[in-house]
Amino acid sequence: MREWVERFMYGLPHARALGIELVSSEDGGRVIVRQPWREDLVGDPETGVLHGGVITALLDTLGCACVIARGIRPQSTLDLRIDYLRPATSKLELIGDAQCYRVTRHVAFVRGTCHHGDPERAVASLAATFALHEAKS
Amino acid sequence: MSRLDEAVQRARAVGDYDALLDVIPYARFTGMRAALLDPSTRNLVRVHLPYRIELVGNPTVPAFHGGVVGALLESAALLQLVHARGTGFPKTIDFTVDYLRIARAEDLYAVAEVQRAGRRIANVRMKAYQKSEDDPVALGRGNFLLVS
Repeated sequence: MREWVERFMYGLPHARALGIELVSSEDGGRVIVRQPWREDLVGDPETGVLHGGVITALLDTLGCACVIARGIRPQSTLDLRIDYLRPATSKLELIGDAQCYRVTRHVAFVRGTCHHGDPERAVASLAATFALHEAKS
Repeated sequence: MSRLDEAVQRARAVGDYDALLDVIPYARFTGMRAALLDPSTRNLVRVHLPYRIELVGNPTVPAFHGGVVGALLESAALLQLVHARGTGFPKTIDFTVDYLRIARAEDLYAVAEVQRAGRRIANVRMKAYQKSEDDPVALGRGNFLLVS
């Protein structure tokens, strides 16, 4: 399914504009992505930390990718919740790591985190649900 | 005082929130704007994202990326708190977005309402809409840490 995930991610104009890269994709629904630090994506010019909007877009893209990694076509994001666990650090890339852990007929459930390289020190956590396309019978 | 805090104070003094966004690189990247809505009655800061291809998630519709809608909702909450509380930029503790419908290739707006603000934490509800405020494309809620 890695090919599907790649095609999905690099087909999103906003993900391309942010420079989100696919690191790995497992058929079980776990996907890892990378958001390089960039000056034009900073939220506070004093600290140089990436804007929260970048994290939201990264995690939404990642969640959707996890559903696709399981060979399922999500139609849209139903909801997402982001908890900010600790401040992001300036000039460091963000790694997003998430898993689609449950799929029903109509809904897929995803949870994950993003961090600067140490998964034990997550910057933010994600819980999201996605509506699925009607299965073709 | 940081450049951002100075910009916050200036924005509040003259009600010019565009000038505040000009200091934030990400706001320039997305083309985000903000204006004070009808100060006499509602005292709301409305944030605005003109449609741009760089903000698109699904290119076949085309529709705004869900992350962009989330970012606009979060920004609406932060600016509303800045405006209402007069403190520096709050820090987001958590926020939730419910996506109701596709945000299509036209202007996207968001407003926020502070539900409760204590000494340290504020609870805020947000909504994003396009043609009509009564027909939101997404709803948000979140908790924010107020910094003095």
